[in-house]
Amino acid sequence: MTRLPIFKMVLAVIVVGLIQSVVLLQFNWFGQEASTAAKPIDTMMDVTIVLSSFIFAIVCVALGYALYKWRAKPGDESDGLPIHGNTKLEVIWTLIPVMIVLGLGGYSWAVLNDIEKTKADAIHVNAYAQQFAWTFGYPESGNKWSEGEIHVPVDRQIIFDLRAQDVIHSFWVPEWRMKKDAVPGLETDVVVTPNREGTFQLVCAELCGLGHTTMRAKVVVESQAEYDKWVAGLKSEVPEDLLLTPDQYIEKQKQLEEQSSGIEDSGVIETNKPNEQD
Amino acid sequence: MAAAIRQPGWYRGAIGLVLGAAFGFFLVVGLRLLSGLDAMQTEQTGYPQVIVPLITAPFGFLFGFGAFDYWFRWAAGKPTIPEDHSGHGATRWQDYFKFNTDHKVIGTQYVVTTLFFFLIGGLLALLMRAELAQPGAQIVAANTFNGLFSTHAVVMIFLFIIPVFAGLANYVLPLMIGAPDMAFPRLNALSFWLLPIAGIIFLASFLAPGGSFDAGWTGYAPLSTGAPLGQSFFNIGVQFAGASSIATALNFLVTIITMRAPGMNIWRMPLLVWANLSTSLLVVGATPFVAGAQFMVFFDRILGMNFFNFLEGGDVVSYQHIFWFYSHPAVYIMMLPGFGIISEIISTHARKPVFGYRLMALALIGIVVLSYSVWAHHMFVAGMFSWLRVPIMITTLLIAVPTGIKVFSWLGTLFYGKIHTYSTAMLFALAFIVTFTIGGISGVQLGMIPLDIHVSDTYFVVAHIHFVLFGGSVFTIFAGIYHWFPKMTGRMYDERLGRIHFWGTVIGTWMAFVPMHWVGMDGMPRRVADYASQYGDWNLLISVSAFVLGAVQLVFLYNMIVSWRFGPKAGNNPWRANSIEWHVSSPPPVFNFDEIPRVVGGPYEYGTPGARHVIMGGEESADVPEPKPTTVTAPS
Ligand code: HEM
Ligand SMILES: [Cu+2]
Repeated sequence: MTRLPIFKMVLAVIVVGLIQSVVLLQFNWFGQEASTAAKPIDTMMDVTIVLSSFIFAIVCVALGYALYKWRAKPGDESDGLPIHGNTKLEVIWTLIPVMIVLGLGGYSWAVLNDIEKTKADAIHVNAYAQQFAWTFGYPESGNKWSEGEIHVPVDRQIIFDLRAQDVIHSFWVPEWRMKKDAVPGLETDVVVTPNREGTFQLVCAELCGLGHTTMRAKVVVESQAEYDKWVAGLKSEVPEDLLLTPDQYIEKQKQLEEQSSGIEDSGVIETNKPNEQD
Repeated sequence: MAAAIRQPGWYRGAIGLVLGAAFGFFLVVGLRLLSGLDAMQTEQTGYPQVIVPLITAPFGFLFGFGAFDYWFRWAAGKPTIPEDHSGHGATRWQDYFKFNTDHKVIGTQYVVTTLFFFLIGGLLALLMRAELAQPGAQIVAANTFNGLFSTHAVVMIFLFIIPVFAGLANYVLPLMIGAPDMAFPRLNALSFWLLPIAGIIFLASFLAPGGSFDAGWTGYAPLSTGAPLGQSFFNIGVQFAGASSIATALNFLVTIITMRAPGMNIWRMPLLVWANLSTSLLVVGATPFVAGAQFMVFFDRILGMNFFNFLEGGDVVSYQHIFWFYSHPAVYIMMLPGFGIISEIISTHARKPVFGYRLMALALIGIVVLSYSVWAHHMFVAGMFSWLRVPIMITTLLIAVPTGIKVFSWLGTLFYGKIHTYSTAMLFALAFIVTFTIGGISGVQLGMIPLDIHVSDTYFVVAHIHFVLFGGSVFTIFAGIYHWFPKMTGRMYDERLGRIHFWGTVIGTWMAFVPMHWVGMDGMPRRVADYASQYGDWNLLISVSAFVLGAVQLVFLYNMIVSWRFGPKAGNNPWRANSIEWHVSSPPPVFNFDEIPRVVGGPYEYGTPGARHVIMGGEESADVPEPKPTTVTAPS
């Protein structure tokens, strides 16, 4: 049995892995960074890119070497060596991956805690998702209301309280990296600290029906002063219905139903149709 | 004619279909009139006069077609028709259109039927890619688009990938373990015939008012509970496809556990058998959950129940828990049989025993166990309990370990082998290793919560699923079809056309699905009919590559059809493989073996002189020389 050129193979893996890593790290995959969560998440992506480059290099080098070295000549009808395994090797390629993924898990956990940590001075903004539009409420500014456009101050932590009363939607501003579903009947939130002024797009990331593709809103991150001025200039207030918590909303629907149940039962089975589609 | 109508078959089936539909329709209308309601109910989530016949008509067809004749006679205490084996085996092409109980016929029926649905699913995908080639709306309206990606995924998953593996295993597995057939041949035939029914129901939803189901293959409530009629077609179709899957899995389990040839202890089972054992354990445990989830949506829709109606105390997120408790195992249901195929092919064409056979088998079982504990990684941003996320992340990342073991062991199998690459099957197997690795890597990235928060529900996920399902599952399916084509048809396919298909498929796959990672990371959400113009160039490349990928599949079809008819004769064992199916004729005799073979060693005894896997009936003793390989019709 010929000895494997272990040293050369390791070298090849390092070279191929390095080249891949260097090339792949040249790109800014996730786009502009506009929140404090972006940096740690992008760093994490870079870590996985480097790690994956080497793992992929191992697979490619091993496969390439095997094909180069042990390709059968045409007409060769002999068999390979009857090697059935190698316990040491098998233990290695079980345990090392276990350690790698546990490391990645711990790292992810730490970053997750980091990016979701709330601060005492965070401001709350409500995001109401409805087929197929976003509206926003500013509970700390007298429940002022804006439709299709949201303004937030830069460098302040913002907790977006997400509400939906028809189907599931998802709140995602790619430059902020954070995402969370707005779920009917649940109170969910997403924590973001925008750290770059500018105009971005809020995307609905969960399929919500016919208008899902166009369910977008404008996001403006600006200085505290500009933000205060903008909120003050808002005329309307959040419609009362939207302010209800899910429980209150359900309660109210029940009452409405009781009031209307005086009407003769039409005999048509009443089904819940949250998304009338035509 | 009268006799033809009384006999089980297509005439009686057609009559049963009509009677079944009429029964369902008049049952609904009659009961409604009796209760003083309008005869018809056309609320979008209702339509009982359509839904009930949709359930009764297939049963009518199956009764007429003869699926239940034997069981009913038996249950009624009537003398069963003596076994004349007329419903077993195929001598003419018409026999493939019967309720046939031969596992080989059923395997072929499965493979051909599922390839047909692969074509349909592919056409749906190309329609989508045509729309997405340029930003802006061009070809289809938004509601049609949602219907396209929903039916595309459903057809591909439920009518191609899952059943084509069941078909391949149906053909080879009984032969591989030295069994004359599957344990329950009639159930096996029923499993097959449920499939086209499911397929027709899914596709018929395009005719429903409001169009086909369009809430994605995931059918999240409450989008699905309030969707138009087509969604009910999905709910019902899944029941037929799911029942087919479960029945087949039970059949495999019993067959594998009880019908192995003498001498085949579990450590002598080929890895394909291990893989199907594992898959069946997943199907039996998990598929009832998707059936349940769809029934709950269905009941919410047409019976006014409130499983997922938050206004009446229903819980929206619970749909996702139930759904993914099936659908994560389902992704491994779509992968493990492929792992088995790859192990067989690599070992055969590298002429070496599978490296670390026992660990390979244990890795499969490890994946089965872990698979039941990772479902919520699809819900990291869904608003579920936040404490559940980290434990699920850990199990998710751990599942990469047994997957990695498989990849490393395949590579280990190649080392010190004699690697033959003339066969298209081997080419696909090698390409699978590389391509699937990419899918595994993106899987680990998705498993890391902070990364998933950003890329969940984007094209990055679309890229991941196509690397694992196209670069993974479909590559293994092609490998398997090429590998066993000589056994199934008795003829060789054209390796030159195979190569064209191979290179076209590999290049098309990479060109179409690699850029999806990039646009996804950069902010393009999935399931959209339109996108920001900055993604235009990549999407054009993706669409063009997708069309190339689609076009080379025609080469595959041509190769299969023409070679089946005109290919050179294959001989028993063109690949000089070890496992039992290669020791019988191609195609094998109706009852597989005249005498049950005796297993005397491991399945991959390459390179050890005198070591054998099996002694076939008719051979005298263990020291008969290894049969010389028959024809090898391989170009260089
Ligand atoms: C290394 C192993 C794997 C890991 C760690 C992994 C992880 C994940 C994660 C975390 C997601 C959720 C992404 C999201 O929606 O945000 C996902 C999605 C998905 N994965 Fe994997 N995966 C692996 C292998 C596979 C395999 C082998 C298959 C199938 C052959 C597969 C098929 C899918 C599919 C179909 C989806 C998308 C489901 C949907 O939302 O429509 N994955 N994977
Ligand atoms: Cu999963």
